[in-house]
Amino acid sequence: MGAAAETFAEAVVIEHRRGFRRRWYRTPSFVAGVSILGSIVLLAVLAPVASWHDPIQQDLSQILQSPSWDHPLGTDELGRDVWARLLFGARTDLRVAFLAVLFPFVIGTTIGLLAGYFGGWMDTVANWFVSVVVAFPFYVLIIALVFALGSGTRNIYIAITIVGWVSYMRIVRGEVLVAKRRDYVLAARAGGLSDTRIIGRHLLPNVITQAIVFAMSDIVLDILAIVTLGYLGLGVQPPTPDWGKMIADGQTYLTTQWELSTIPGIAVVITALGLSLLADGLADLLRPE
Amino acid sequence: MSETLLDVRDLRVEFPGPPAVRAVDGASFDIRAGEALGVVGESGSGKTMALRALVGLLPRSARLAGGTIVFEGMDLATASPEQLRAVRGRSISMIFQEPMTALNPVMRIGEQIGEGPLVRLGYGRRRARERALELMRLVGIPDPAERAEAYPHELSGGLRQRAMIAIALSMEPKLILCDEPTTALDVTIQDQILKLLLSLRERLDVSIVFVSHDLAVIAQTCQRVAVMYAGQVVETGPVEQVFREPRHPYTLSLLRSVPDVDNVRHQLTAIPGSPPDLADPPSGCRFHPRCPFVQPDCVAGAFPLRPLGPERATACIHPDAAAADVRREPVLAGG
Repeated sequence: MGAAAETFAEAVVIEHRRGFRRRWYRTPSFVAGVSILGSIVLLAVLAPVASWHDPIQQDLSQILQSPSWDHPLGTDELGRDVWARLLFGARTDLRVAFLAVLFPFVIGTTIGLLAGYFGGWMDTVANWFVSVVVAFPFYVLIIALVFALGSGTRNIYIAITIVGWVSYMRIVRGEVLVAKRRDYVLAARAGGLSDTRIIGRHLLPNVITQAIVFAMSDIVLDILAIVTLGYLGLGVQPPTPDWGKMIADGQTYLTTQWELSTIPGIAVVITALGLSLLADGLADLLRPE
Repeated sequence: MSETLLDVRDLRVEFPGPPAVRAVDGASFDIRAGEALGVVGESGSGKTMALRALVGLLPRSARLAGGTIVFEGMDLATASPEQLRAVRGRSISMIFQEPMTALNPVMRIGEQIGEGPLVRLGYGRRRARERALELMRLVGIPDPAERAEAYPHELSGGLRQRAMIAIALSMEPKLILCDEPTTALDVTIQDQILKLLLSLRERLDVSIVFVSHDLAVIAQTCQRVAVMYAGQVVETGPVEQVFREPRHPYTLSLLRSVPDVDNVRHQLTAIPGSPPDLADPPSGCRFHPRCPFVQPDCVAGAFPLRPLGPERATACIHPDAAAADVRREPVLAGG
């Protein structure tokens, strides 16, 4: 009888399972974020189809054209199609931004797990490095590093990784400090599981959520950093199209062809908005009930 | 008398100070093969710390300050962390008080039950899953195939505790340490879980240590009992005898403070005073400031367990005082 009542309660509970699948479309910021970012990614992926001009091909007879049927967003000072450069620039900037988040994410999470779980000297050393990095403002350190290492995408990854892992480490370490006091960690130890197993299989899935949510907003920061570096001439090197370089190049013609700088600027803002909304929605959805 | 499985002598657990707190201070007890031993005492009497010390799972702030824990010829008190890890789960496993927090919230039940066999016994994925389903049937979880896919929050408290028991059994240990396994459950479920543990003990021939502050639970499930007070074991013996004729005033006071629904006229007596400060315990017998039968010779000296016949022992040097009091007014007959 008691068991029957329990089985009934169980059936009710199972009705509520798969919360994520049931609720995602009722979270407006998540839907909006996915739509905006999805469209941008789709356009970037379909860039060769969605534009009919070569983004690098110069045509000096067609410089600084206003928008027309052939050039929907006009041409730049070297006669290159702005629409094509915008789409191919999205490819570059999104790829670089995602990769630039991936390395700090992995490194910061790993160090955060180890420092939080083992504590002691590991925690002390890790926190010492964190303090060193945090002592500098984000952009100053990135620009200084890229300046020292030389421009180019590889060095952008290195610079952002050196600066960016700190945030993930701090988030994950904090979560681990709380989670490792939970009984399920004690229970896992009572089952004789190894530290590696406990960290990888029990702690990581429980602490990774916050880091993922932060990664979404971190991509925004990285896109801004990459665009800033491009603007300063330290970023992606020409002739590869990149939004930052487009803004910088268009600056000269701001009084006559204001759209040259404004269009990639708007693209940056929309992408950032999409990612922020996505991060917000994810945070809502992944929050434990 | 069956053979001794685990022999604990003079166990000491200390939270280094200042002031240093001796949570367990010279506790001795033993567990025999196939039996259930109850460890009973108030909150803060050191029963949970004693239990965790057995398998080297003390909190980081505490340390094992002395004593021997002999299990299968090995002293766990001096064993290396790796040796202790090898013992945990495979020879000695644990069941915790709160089945919600002791299960990983983001891991499926079936995976958690099969994890020990998978990573410690080298089972393949398929065999570990089969083992998990088999264990789930053993502990009475209905529809194991479906429940194995569920997450802990999708199960009721009773089923979660059954899952915990399945995990504890997954590597066929010889001894299961239960830390208040039913305290967080409501009474009907509590009863089911106790019956399950009892039947499993008989069927699988596993020994159980049952830590609880609930005398009725101990009386129902255990053959022998160790009563703890202020970090020390003050009385041991067969449950039946200890609860019917306690030979330590603390045991007697504990029994008198349990409400008895069958006998409403039975006078319910709270134990006067409060448990001692373990940073500065009373001299002599630690119970003397609260003891109704205190004598001048109780306030100084050492009070180790003294045998009272082959099966019983008490730390009280005036055991007849408690016995006489029980003859005058028997403690709960149902116990």
